[in-house]
Amino acid sequence: MLSDLPLFPEQASTGAARVDALFMFLLAVSVFFAMLIFSLVLYFAVKYRRRSEAEQPRPILGDVRLELLWTVIPLGLTMIMFVWGANLYFTMASPPADAMEIAVVGKQWMWKFQHPEGQREINELHIPVGRPVKLTMASEDVIHSFFVPAFRVKMDVVPGQYTATWFEATRPGTFHLFCAQYCGTAHAGMGGRVVVLTPTAYETWLSGGATGESPVAAGARLFQQLGCATCHRADGPGSGPSLVGLFGQTVRLHSGETVRADEAYIRESVMYPTAKIVAGYQPIMPTFQGLISEEGLLQLIAYIRSLGGGKTGTPS
Amino acid sequence: MNPVVIPRAHYLNVNYGIKAWLFTTDHKRIALLYLASITLLFFVGGAAAVVMRLELLTPQGDLVQSETYNKLFTMHGVIMVWFFLIPSIPAVLGNFLVPLMIGARDLAFPRLNLLSWYIFALGALFTLTAVVTGGVDTGWTFYTPYSSTYANTHVILTVLGVFITGFSSILTGLNFIVTIHTMRVPGLTWSRLPLFIWAHYATSLIMVLGTPVLAIAIVLVALERVFRIGIFDPALGGDPVLFQHLFWFYSHPAVYIMILPAMGVISELIPCFARKRIFGYNFVAFSSVAIAVLGFFVWGHHMFVSSQSVYASMVFSFMSMLVAIPSAIKVFNWTATLYKGSIAYDTPMLYAFGFIGLFTIGGLTGLFLAALAVDVHVHDTYFVIAHFHYIMVGGAVMGYLGGLHFWWPKITGRMYPEGWGKLAALIIFIGFNLTFFPQFLLGYLGMPRRYHFYPAEFQVLHVMSSAGASILGVGYMIPLVYFIWSLRYGAVAGPNPWGAKGLEWQTSSPPPTDNFAQTPEVKEEAYAYGPQEVHVV
Amino acid sequence: MPMVLRRCTLSERPAALAPHFDDIAQQSEASHLGMWVFLLTEIMFFGGMFTGYAVYRSVYAVAFAEGSHHLDLVLGSINTVVLISSSLTMVLAVHAAQVGQRQLLVGFLLLTMLLGLVFLGLKTVEYTHKFADHLVPGSGFLYAGPHARQVQLFFSFYFGMTGMHALHMIIGIGLLTVLVWLAWRNRFSPMYYTPIEIVGLYWHFVDIVWIFLFPLLYLIGRH
Repeated sequence: MLSDLPLFPEQASTGAARVDALFMFLLAVSVFFAMLIFSLVLYFAVKYRRRSEAEQPRPILGDVRLELLWTVIPLGLTMIMFVWGANLYFTMASPPADAMEIAVVGKQWMWKFQHPEGQREINELHIPVGRPVKLTMASEDVIHSFFVPAFRVKMDVVPGQYTATWFEATRPGTFHLFCAQYCGTAHAGMGGRVVVLTPTAYETWLSGGATGESPVAAGARLFQQLGCATCHRADGPGSGPSLVGLFGQTVRLHSGETVRADEAYIRESVMYPTAKIVAGYQPIMPTFQGLISEEGLLQLIAYIRSLGGGKTGTPS
Repeated sequence: MNPVVIPRAHYLNVNYGIKAWLFTTDHKRIALLYLASITLLFFVGGAAAVVMRLELLTPQGDLVQSETYNKLFTMHGVIMVWFFLIPSIPAVLGNFLVPLMIGARDLAFPRLNLLSWYIFALGALFTLTAVVTGGVDTGWTFYTPYSSTYANTHVILTVLGVFITGFSSILTGLNFIVTIHTMRVPGLTWSRLPLFIWAHYATSLIMVLGTPVLAIAIVLVALERVFRIGIFDPALGGDPVLFQHLFWFYSHPAVYIMILPAMGVISELIPCFARKRIFGYNFVAFSSVAIAVLGFFVWGHHMFVSSQSVYASMVFSFMSMLVAIPSAIKVFNWTATLYKGSIAYDTPMLYAFGFIGLFTIGGLTGLFLAALAVDVHVHDTYFVIAHFHYIMVGGAVMGYLGGLHFWWPKITGRMYPEGWGKLAALIIFIGFNLTFFPQFLLGYLGMPRRYHFYPAEFQVLHVMSSAGASILGVGYMIPLVYFIWSLRYGAVAGPNPWGAKGLEWQTSSPPPTDNFAQTPEVKEEAYAYGPQEVHVV
Repeated sequence: MPMVLRRCTLSERPAALAPHFDDIAQQSEASHLGMWVFLLTEIMFFGGMFTGYAVYRSVYAVAFAEGSHHLDLVLGSINTVVLISSSLTMVLAVHAAQVGQRQLLVGFLLLTMLLGLVFLGLKTVEYTHKFADHLVPGSGFLYAGPHARQVQLFFSFYFGMTGMHALHMIIGIGLLTVLVWLAWRNRFSPMYYTPIEIVGLYWHFVDIVWIFLFPLLYLIGRH
């Protein structure tokens, strides 16, 4: 059984080795100070053990230089840990612009994935090795958390908003996917696998099996079905602003504020249209809450993005 | 001072009967009321842990159903945090010793003190009712919208229990602050106060400032469940992450409520059993206050992956690194106190050694969690569970047990059996490490927390952890038995069996109801051990 | 108001001195500090609600201004004046106790209670109006307008915060009732009137909370 005893997780992403490096630094510092304290305490406890009841040790009240020493050194070390960790964390929050975008919806108690080419998966995510993958994630009910230990990646999935994370797999294999935020009865079972394939194997996987609609096509279909095209015309402004070239641009609102037209803005406009009124338009857009699912919203967003516009940028 | 006898009249035998105890305003009796209640609740919370560790022996969820398991870890957390750890040292040792250590006859508000115990008991009653009528399964952190909209277990009953008990905490903190400010005897300046008092003062600041925010956070959850008003429900325009901010604004400082008193105990034990003044008194005292203040500015380190902004996370990570420093300063000062001391290995000192070792590991692993990129990986895994158990059990509970052993003779007039004391301390230390060290490995490997079942490759580490838990459980039973035994058969202690400094040792064991035959006067610094003229007060 | 404490001329411990205190000065200092610390906890308690309100008000500015317009500015303003007056009568009660005027003391305490009851009465009228207008959050809430959900959120905070404030007023009136009883029974003197002072502190605090609540809830967007 001991041969089955894993002690350290495998590294399967570009970020994993970097996280492990910081971890090793933390470990080294911790082992050093723990050993220092343990050996000092043990040494003093033995060397200065009470040999007679009459012993009266002289008081040593303190030493400011020592205090400064053991304040400044830990402070310096922790600041290194902070800067190193913050730097890496910032990178983890900045997906590359050319990342492959996958939409994720978490719900009690399963994960749903949609590839840009149309593939849909449940509890299993196939990705190619060596390409950055960005996940845009939504929850249909409670807070979940997308966790792949081998990638050292984790991000909560929060209802009412989008969260994002990204990774680049470095070797083929199958890796655990866990839900890492307690979400109810079957929380422990809300897991699955991330299957990393070589680029050729990935292409094969993409082309085999039922492809289904791409998110852009599905979004276009929803755009017609839900009647969006009536007000948001492709040929210019109508009752509502045109959405062509909108994505990523700055929008001026009725209140004078400006806002960036990103995923969150579009989602809010569909669900709570009166929250932000574009300057020059009336607050007449009805809400689609209850008429469209989280997956549908993500597909609509994919469609609107395909109408042109700026880059997605990093989530804040 | 006096011969080693039980005094004829003391606070325990001045009168008898249930009314004499349930209507007492004597801080020492109230401390014992708390001791009885939290001991009971500790074993209830511990029982939940036993079932959990039994379940986790195998990868499948085959001992209990998922919903039951989820209720078990929730109740374990709720009971251990609010009904054991938070009251433990302050409400038992603090209540008993704060007046004694400053030479006062009681706390500033004795009736409020009794009220605080009744409030505690009422809150515990609500929570235990929730347990026996079906339990609650939200996790002790009550995250929304699961707790406010989706859970169909006894959320309201449980949060009411916690809400009520919070007032007990507030009243205790209020009492300590006022007592320490206004009732010190002549000569007892702030710089002569025992560090136990400094620790409880800092703890009381947190209790008083933090607990009301928890009250609001959980009241809002209850209101949302009843009226569906949408404060945390995104479908109604609310923000579930707002709850996390409100909750952790209290619950992070709360962990300092749990550890600062234990640090205060260690600061008393080490000078006594090394027979030497504490090294760096000012630094240790100041560190207690620094921890209390800085502790209010780090709550977002529980939310690095919650969709909190990157910049906010960076601020919280920075502050979390800072708050580690005063704790490190304390550990170094305790170690330095041992240098050229005269060290005895009585049971309280063994607990102090254990505390230093285990708190050091727990504190250092906190740095892993404060470091942003590493926390992303280990957040919500067994790494976090191991970290906080090292601090709360390896630290706070060891401090509590060390203090209980140290002051047992003062509280009861009797000594516990020293051989059994040492044995239990050793068993607890070994059992604890075997239980929780493997959990660091489990966590970094990716084993998430709050999992009823798990992938088979994690089993070996879980089996080790459960084996350790069984040893730890045995270790905790032993003091329960011998403490009760000592009440009748323990050796008579006398006023100062340890030869310790401190005003509490200048009166008989057990003390009279009014604590001192004559109001003492303080003419020397704290921990005036060593060759000098000792003033008999 | 400066504390005027006449030195105790009795050689034995006065009846009002609790056994665990050394002298009246220590007891008084402890009582005052205790009340201040308690008020500190109250600031944190209300502070949590104010924080939640501030967060949502910044997110839903338009809806919250809309909700605020439905509040009765006249009644709210009258209530503000009523409460400030009650703080004045409370201060006068403390002064009456200082100078040993028992009848004035009882009179001013009763006046403070009366003003507090007027406040609660007007509050009840306001709540009744809101109920009639279907503006009470929950299943009975009805609002025509695009921002209905956020307006309901505004009213949740309105009822939560003013309700919590009203609860503190009721407790304050209860405390004043006890003080009236004790004052009538001649328990206070220029040497010992600490309970009047500390209830006064509590009453002023409850007043100050209203001074914050009123503009935050009633005066948004009324330029």
